[in-house]
Amino acid sequence: MREITYAEAIREALREEMARDERVFIMGESINYGLFGVTAGLRDEFGAERVRNAPISEASIVGAALGAALTGMRPVVEIMFADFLFCAMDSIANEAAKWRYMIAGQASASLVIRTPQGSGLGMGCHHSQSPEWVFAHFPGLKVVAPSTPYDAKGLLKASIRDDNPVIFFEHKMLYRMKGPVPDGEYIIPLGKADVKREGSDATIVATSLMVHRALEAAEELAKEGISAEVIDPRTLSPLDKDAILESVRKTGRLIIAEEACKTGGFGAEVAAMVAEEAIDALDAPIRRVAAFDVPIPFSPPLEDYVIPNKDRIAEAVRSVV
Amino acid sequence: MIIDVPEGVMLDLYEKMVATRLFDLKVKELIEKGHRILYHSGVGQEAIPAGVCAQLRREDYVVPYHRGWGYMIAKGMDMGRILAELLGKASGYCKGKAGTHMACLELGVLGKTGIVGAGLPVAVGAALSAKMRNSGQVVACFFGEGASNTGAFHEALNMAAVWRLPVIFVCENNLYDMYTPYLEVTSVANIADRASAYGMPGEVVDGQDVLAVYEAAKRAVSRARRGDGPSLLECKTYRWYGHFMADEHHYGGYRSIEEVEAWRARCPIRKLRDRAISKGIPAQELDRIEERVRAKVEEAERFALGSPEPDPRIAFEDVYA
Repeated sequence: MREITYAEAIREALREEMARDERVFIMGESINYGLFGVTAGLRDEFGAERVRNAPISEASIVGAALGAALTGMRPVVEIMFADFLFCAMDSIANEAAKWRYMIAGQASASLVIRTPQGSGLGMGCHHSQSPEWVFAHFPGLKVVAPSTPYDAKGLLKASIRDDNPVIFFEHKMLYRMKGPVPDGEYIIPLGKADVKREGSDATIVATSLMVHRALEAAEELAKEGISAEVIDPRTLSPLDKDAILESVRKTGRLIIAEEACKTGGFGAEVAAMVAEEAIDALDAPIRRVAAFDVPIPFSPPLEDYVIPNKDRIAEAVRSVV
Repeated sequence: MIIDVPEGVMLDLYEKMVATRLFDLKVKELIEKGHRILYHSGVGQEAIPAGVCAQLRREDYVVPYHRGWGYMIAKGMDMGRILAELLGKASGYCKGKAGTHMACLELGVLGKTGIVGAGLPVAVGAALSAKMRNSGQVVACFFGEGASNTGAFHEALNMAAVWRLPVIFVCENNLYDMYTPYLEVTSVANIADRASAYGMPGEVVDGQDVLAVYEAAKRAVSRARRGDGPSLLECKTYRWYGHFMADEHHYGGYRSIEEVEAWRARCPIRKLRDRAISKGIPAQELDRIEERVRAKVEEAERFALGSPEPDPRIAFEDVYA
């Protein structure tokens, strides 16, 4: 199978969906090129109307996407860094998440917000966060965080066709990662987890970049005779609880690896969910591996220290098997 | 300048304003009897929604704000179902889930947010959608002068102007941001002056004169319909009652009885009535309109109070499409 990058896979999804459905348009700050180059070239193909450079106005970009969606369009907007979602928090959490509910389904907020998340580029605390779980808190929103080019393409196409507001978190350290992506169209349904590696001694639930670190950890653990299963939920909301529970029932141990800070995060939710639904299946305490509860520092060694790596994940697994 | 309109238009504006007034007073009466309704009275400001909406077509969009229900009445929504929604009944426009934030997409009423200023970007998006779909629709977006101090106002006006979108921003300046005189917290005496910063026409209108509003809206709507972009209309007006129901100290508190009485003397309905009579329309004809409207309001009350409460299970509906 051909291999393309995560960024190319996303661009392909955008191109295919724009060609398929004239209601789909993309909008964002310097979207004609895109800071990470994801949307480069699309303007030549689809024109400035449908590849729309927006002012630096995150609240209005999302608010306008909502207004366009309610009246029959299918906007896909780019927020240049996930950190900037907070500038649009009202438009996202109060308006987009609730509008359809409030008006009893008379129209849908069929919009997608694409945004790069994550650390690793030494960009400091306003360009390095992973706030995906913040948005999973709000009913009405869907939250997607793909870890591979294959998942990125199939999930973005599903997100664009979804009639709900979807926040699509792209990891900036994954943009240049290559992986197999088949020619032609395919869709990955939202809300379906993927087992990235099978194992029998412990379950590691990880998302986005942490999937790769969990896989590296699993590789190392395998040499020690520990068999770790790595599950990537791919969609944080809706969360594929069944896939996680099934794996935990098989392995009896759960480790959650996430890039965001530990307190009140994705790991806390998954741990609580498993404790509620399957505590009898656990042979050991649940372990959470997360960023320390500090803002992401600028200095590369400090940044590396704060974010979970393969060693911290592996150590957490060893501590419970 | 004396503005002249055909007799039919005058009578229609009169009916819409009277309906808005009597409906508002009915809501007040129901609250005083103990019904729980979120109430921001629009009494005194009836000329603005009536005058602006009279320039709109059925398929044009309206994004209302929190004060009053004139937009809904003027757009043709049924008073019985509006009241049922305000009371949280199953027969309301949104099954009781929106209350005062209700929508009627069929009549272009997109719904209103509880966050001051947040409707402006949504209106811009609806206008963008109308432009991209080449539908010929325009959008009227209502808000108070307080909203013009939010970031969303400034983002939305810039975005609408730079993309020449068919939207009319209608500011109802009733001189108070809750209990604060607006000049204490606003840098300009006329909100309309802010239009020039965004390269769009801004016009100060006497909000007590429905014909002046009607004519100004005509200019703005035709400009939008021609593809020449947005306008900002600032209608100077006054609310007779408090900011909301619990605000009992609207006399002698943050504003004087003399001020309130002076504005009551400039009642927009009486002003139009006097004009109509001076144009030769018999007073009896105007009385007949009032009687007809009064009967409709009574009927609306019977319908709403007699409607069933929603089934609690619908709380789970419409969260996701």
